[in-house]
Amino acid sequence: MAKSVTNPAFERSTGDRRAWLLVGGAALLWIGAYNIIQPLANWLTYELFGIAQGSHLGEAVAFFLYDVPKILLLLSGMIFVISTLRSFFSPERTRALLGGKREGVGNVVAAALGVLTPFCSCSAVPLFIGFVEAGIPLGVTFSFLIAAPMVNEVALVMLFGMFGWQVAGLYLVSGLIIAIVSGLVIGRLQMERYVEDFVWQIKGGGGAVAEEHLTWSQRFARAWENTREIISKVWLYVVIGIAVGAGIHGYVPQDALAGVMGADAWWSVPMAVILGVPLYASAAGVIPVVQALMAKGAALGTVLAFMMAVVALSLPELIILRRVLKPRLIATFVGVTAAGIILIGYLFNLVI
Amino acid sequence: MLNVKILGSGCANCKRLETIVRKVIADHGLQAEIEKVTDYGQMMRWNLMKTPGLVVNDTLVSSGRIPTEAEIASWLTS
Repeated sequence: MAKSVTNPAFERSTGDRRAWLLVGGAALLWIGAYNIIQPLANWLTYELFGIAQGSHLGEAVAFFLYDVPKILLLLSGMIFVISTLRSFFSPERTRALLGGKREGVGNVVAAALGVLTPFCSCSAVPLFIGFVEAGIPLGVTFSFLIAAPMVNEVALVMLFGMFGWQVAGLYLVSGLIIAIVSGLVIGRLQMERYVEDFVWQIKGGGGAVAEEHLTWSQRFARAWENTREIISKVWLYVVIGIAVGAGIHGYVPQDALAGVMGADAWWSVPMAVILGVPLYASAAGVIPVVQALMAKGAALGTVLAFMMAVVALSLPELIILRRVLKPRLIATFVGVTAAGIILIGYLFNLVI
Repeated sequence: MLNVKILGSGCANCKRLETIVRKVIADHGLQAEIEKVTDYGQMMRWNLMKTPGLVVNDTLVSSGRIPTEAEIASWLTS
């Protein structure tokens, strides 16, 4: 014991080895669990409950029993991986990286870092002030502020789980494009005077937290803490969402919604965006419902537009940002981003 | 006497941090005054970019997360 205290590097490496072993073991368990849920759901539905195969009820119950554990497993596994990855990024480091960048390149880098940097909308204001104070152009700052919530990890994993990697990838790429273009547009509009005046007067104290040097076991511990927090926040929405989705699956006739939410109804995309803005907390519950709607004839672009409006233009975040932005700039931010989302929605409806 | 500041605009995590800090102070029988800083201009004295922030005797010791009780205890007693 005394030896390991005098040799912190040794203690650190054994601690890390133990952490890697633990994570590796958990990964094996995860894979095992992921592979038994389909047979288990079928067995429960058709053998144990004795519901007839092919019946509406049987279809709905089997769907529910398979999808709930599948999505919860995917969420916990992938959010853990994403959180570990994100422990290598911080707003302070991002700010330093963006410091010398011009508009254009700066917008692209800002949007990419927006996805990778851990971000909570409650920190949007100090982050905004920190960026502006470091001389990062307003448009570049907005590329970051749009990408960070828009490419939402829960939404990304849910889309992957329910629609496959292609749709999740489309969501990621189009989110980045909207963030880059919207930031460029806001930068061109020269809206600096619509930032609240006090922001320009703030002088930072220079006393930032010293860059933390984390060990792997600390990274894993924090990633696990973060995963637990997210799952505890969203699991109920996921269960309710899948229950509603299962009901729609079993009972609503095929193509019933093609007329209302299909690609031919031109007004469905803007409608989806308008409906999405006030719907913040339930982003996780929305996707299973939306997936079921799509199976009945709703169009992918409409669905993605809805998804993005829910996460990128949330009312609580707009209220928080009002502390540093004058109404005119808030309106521009919402208008430009919403227009981008609507365009992407139409594009997907046309292409796919 | 220790001076502890909680930096944040009243979000859920800031309140949780305050509860934990109060608990640590009580558990260790420390003498400390707790201040809540909600003004963004003041927070920038410590260049804070993630809330909640924790300041002990004018030094920012953590930001953007809720530290464990053991970590907080070590900052308050060192």
